[in-house]
Amino acid sequence: MIFIYDASFEGFLSAVFMAYEYKCKQPKIVKKEKFMGDFFEEVEEVITSEERATRVWKKLNTKCGSRGSQQIYWAFLSELDEIENTLFQYIQHALASTKDITKDYAHPAILKVAQTVKQVGREKHRMDAFVRFRKTKDAIYFATVEPDFNVLPLNAKHFKNRYADQKWCIYDLKRNYGIFYDLEKVEIIQLDLPASILETSTDFFTTEEIQFQHLWKNYFDSTNIKSRKNTKLHQQHVPKRYWKYLSEKYL
Amino acid sequence: MNFDRIKEKLNILADAAKYDVSCSSSGSKRQNKGKGLGDSSGMGICHSYTEDGRCVSLLKILLTNHCIFDCAYCITRKSNDIQRAAFKVQEVVDLTINFYRRNYIEGLFLSSGIFKSPDTTMERLVQVAKKLRLEENFNGYIHLKSIPGASDELMHEAGLYADRLSVNIEIPTREGLKLLAPDKDRKDFLQPMKKVKDEIIRHKSEKKIIKSTPKFAPAGQSTQMIVGATNETDAQVMYTAAYFYKKYQMKRVYYSGYIPVSYDPRLPSIGTDVPLLRENRLYQADWLMRFYGFSIEELLNKEHPNLDSDVDPKLGWALRNLHLFPVDVNKADKQMLARIPGLGMKSVYKILGARKYRNLNWEHLKKIGVALNRAKYFMVCNSKDWEKKDLSAMNIKSLILQNSSSKFRNTYNNQLNLFDKQDALIQY
Repeated sequence: MIFIYDASFEGFLSAVFMAYEYKCKQPKIVKKEKFMGDFFEEVEEVITSEERATRVWKKLNTKCGSRGSQQIYWAFLSELDEIENTLFQYIQHALASTKDITKDYAHPAILKVAQTVKQVGREKHRMDAFVRFRKTKDAIYFATVEPDFNVLPLNAKHFKNRYADQKWCIYDLKRNYGIFYDLEKVEIIQLDLPASILETSTDFFTTEEIQFQHLWKNYFDSTNIKSRKNTKLHQQHVPKRYWKYLSEKYL
Repeated sequence: MNFDRIKEKLNILADAAKYDVSCSSSGSKRQNKGKGLGDSSGMGICHSYTEDGRCVSLLKILLTNHCIFDCAYCITRKSNDIQRAAFKVQEVVDLTINFYRRNYIEGLFLSSGIFKSPDTTMERLVQVAKKLRLEENFNGYIHLKSIPGASDELMHEAGLYADRLSVNIEIPTREGLKLLAPDKDRKDFLQPMKKVKDEIIRHKSEKKIIKSTPKFAPAGQSTQMIVGATNETDAQVMYTAAYFYKKYQMKRVYYSGYIPVSYDPRLPSIGTDVPLLRENRLYQADWLMRFYGFSIEELLNKEHPNLDSDVDPKLGWALRNLHLFPVDVNKADKQMLARIPGLGMKSVYKILGARKYRNLNWEHLKKIGVALNRAKYFMVCNSKDWEKKDLSAMNIKSLILQNSSSKFRNTYNNQLNLFDKQDALIQY
């Protein structure tokens, strides 16, 4: 049986609820936007229900602990193909077992989730590191990113704690939404950004901002030791796909 | 801000500071209370990596590269003909804050050449940290250099504002120091180190009774040794490191392969390769000592004063101690698992977790991510395939080397050929 849902985490949890309700042991849970149609299997559209999602979430918390349920959420944010099905197997294993299964790494779904969580965690950490704020003319520290996974919800807390006294916005160009901090709270926003936002032009940014980018680039070059050059290691740590957002690399 | 002038100074003083390899920004919890700037959660972040593959986490600069000392191994030595510059206190503060607000850095690493006297220099460093904490409400990471010979009072003040303090002893042996830095005295390095250690202990014990006791250098102390500038052995380096870990409760000892900066006949000449492989092996040994339960005597001793270059120190140790292997991964305790070559602590914990549910076989171990190309010779699991039992240490070593690659291979290729020949002799 195929369950198609609205791509939200609540939607996914509602799908899990329905699969259990229908006693379906091997459901396929697919995002609506990715569903291509299927002639042979029964298709059910999931109605996202906060109440059902909360029930599943609470159950998972008692079964897997806060660490285990957090793993489920993080793996979900990977948006990988078929991660929903792996997560369903993970949940099945958790609900069927009397023990805590979160470390049963010899089980394929547990291992896959653990590995995915690690990938997502790495990408979250990269965003903590690679976000480069540029100060706009209206004094907002603004950054654009394109993370491999949908990690911005995980980054919000870190940036809120750190930059409590400045307005900032981190915008995910790939998924077209951003997180914005207004000195009080972090909100999700959607903007119509001009294509030229990537180039630091004086239309949006102060001249001082451009000077600081150059200072940073200068520092980056001065701190390099030429006789120890190791391009492979450099690119391993700073993969090329991130370069266009790093002023020390694109200037 | 005069950007052109700052740029010029930054280039000179960042260039001079880059030989200090410490980059850590972790281990300090400084919460942002009352909407200040910055928050350290205890986890370090590397914001970028230079083209030599080293991480950029802190704004690492010298306050000035004017120096009254003439240490042969140091680029800023008095007799060296280079451009000199000096930052004003406020300039360092502004740079740090502006870089931090743009998420370029985790904080500041401030060192300095010694101008006028150790105390004047130390006082100026403390001023920067104090301004950042008290005027800018800055909770990011601050690493200050303890200037050898600085007074106890200044070191006390430094610890109140900095997260980490460090003194680089630079030369691992007393004789080496005498040769290369005749006007420096080893006890000048040790005095601030001891003061900071004592204060850390005192503040910690007071904190248990009085909660409001201020933080004192919460990320501890570190030091650095240059390797390959004098003809010290690995044992000399690592025993010195072990001594500092134990006696001064160092958080980290860094090893820095000597980069030729001088035509001084007492030193390796300019153009000599940086001993990168050796540096790597020393770090491996350091990790084994700190996280894997190895004692220094097991890794380096009279018979083995130097680490192997062609195999890592754990593998080297295992090959010398084959009587302890194979280890049963389904039964062995954590300590013994950690001693299997190819098993890192992450794999050890995964195995400990996973084997509670079922006995693990080769397939499981491979999926979990164990480096079996090395590990398989040293362990048994839930499988009958264990055919390596009659292999000698030499056989195992050459099998492992044949089936692996290393960017350092050229460095020790000559040695490898020698082993192949010996192996051939044994077979005949």
